[in-house]
Amino acid sequence: MSDELPEALPKEPTGSISRRDFLKKTGWIAAGVLAPAGALELIFGLKGASSAQAAEAATTAQTVPHWQFLVDANKCVGCGFCVKACKLENDVPYEADASRTWVERHVVTKDGVSHVDSPNSARDGFTTPDIDIGEGKTLQINPEDIAKAFFVPKLCNQCNHPPCVQVCPVGATYKGPDGVVLVDRTWCIGCGYCINACPYGARFFHPVYHTAEKCTFCEHRISKGLLPACVQACPFAARRIGNQNDPTDGVAEVIATQRVEVLKAEYGTNPQCFYIGLDSEVR
Amino acid sequence: MVFLVVVLLVARAIYIPGDFGIHGTFTYNFYRQANVTEWQSVPVKYQGRSYCGSCHQRNYDLIMASPHSVIQCENCHGPGIGHPDTVKKLPIGNSRQLCARCHTYLPYPASGRAVIPGIDPGAPHAPTGMECYDCHNPHQPVPLPNS
Repeated sequence: MSDELPEALPKEPTGSISRRDFLKKTGWIAAGVLAPAGALELIFGLKGASSAQAAEAATTAQTVPHWQFLVDANKCVGCGFCVKACKLENDVPYEADASRTWVERHVVTKDGVSHVDSPNSARDGFTTPDIDIGEGKTLQINPEDIAKAFFVPKLCNQCNHPPCVQVCPVGATYKGPDGVVLVDRTWCIGCGYCINACPYGARFFHPVYHTAEKCTFCEHRISKGLLPACVQACPFAARRIGNQNDPTDGVAEVIATQRVEVLKAEYGTNPQCFYIGLDSEVR
Repeated sequence: MVFLVVVLLVARAIYIPGDFGIHGTFTYNFYRQANVTEWQSVPVKYQGRSYCGSCHQRNYDLIMASPHSVIQCENCHGPGIGHPDTVKKLPIGNSRQLCARCHTYLPYPASGRAVIPGIDPGAPHAPTGMECYDCHNPHQPVPLPNS
């Protein structure tokens, strides 16, 4: 027994550490802690904004537009020219049952039931009083039973806090400098998270490109000083677009100073599509 | 391990464009910057009525003096891109369905449809072989004298 003790003794100091090892290990740990931050900087270009950059950003904020949309639902007659123009302008296959914008018909009967339809996204307008209830079936409503009925144009709300952008795993969708949420078709992997995340159902799969597709406020038109195709096509000025950063913009002034409503404000998405004449039936 | 990291970083440097990164906040502005320009350079298809009017002066003046002045030419005739250089003829667009977009009567007093003259596009307004434009000029719509 006494012979074994000397053998066991040298094993005891394994927990102890020499000054040299301590410094070495501390160095490695410090490097290990700092490395991820350095890697982030390397990979994403994360850098603290210098004061010069901040000043530059402040200047661009005033010159770069921030687009907002104004829908006057009172004026909409459900002709669907906006949907036709949008599909043709933006190469969304005309026969596909998918569209960047659509018009809903809301018919509320006196028994409190709300009937909502948008056949073919209202591409051909509403030319029959019968409600499209899917699978090729329609529902006839006696005009005397109608309490109220109206049309509501819908499109992407270009939210200031877009949930669709937050869920994109690859950085393919983003809020551009002018406030419009865009999809990078070369980067999109088609996972569909954004389509599910949008509370407004504004996104869909493009049948040809097989990527997420959405309204761009006609970025290619508004950046050239033109109106979006739907705004230009609307005969009744039910759709209008404004620039929040332009103090002389009449539409932005209406949004800022008149009584307007947004869809699903409770989601905290801060939508940039504003409505006049929105009924509480509309979600 | 180090080799793997180096391989990944080299692959990343080759595969990912230099302008891909954070342009604002990480949450909303993490993207490839050139894509904005790509979207902005999409060709414009709908030209607007002043483009049409620069050649078709007569029809332009006619419709602009009528209650249909609010309707863009291209709503019925299709987008004017390529016309007249490559697209020689644009569709005329005079089907009953086109007129019915606005002029179908719908019993919706709360909507804008209520202020537009409306008909039932079925019988008796669907006699065989007759179109709306046989009696109504879409560029100069006036109520028929006997209506």
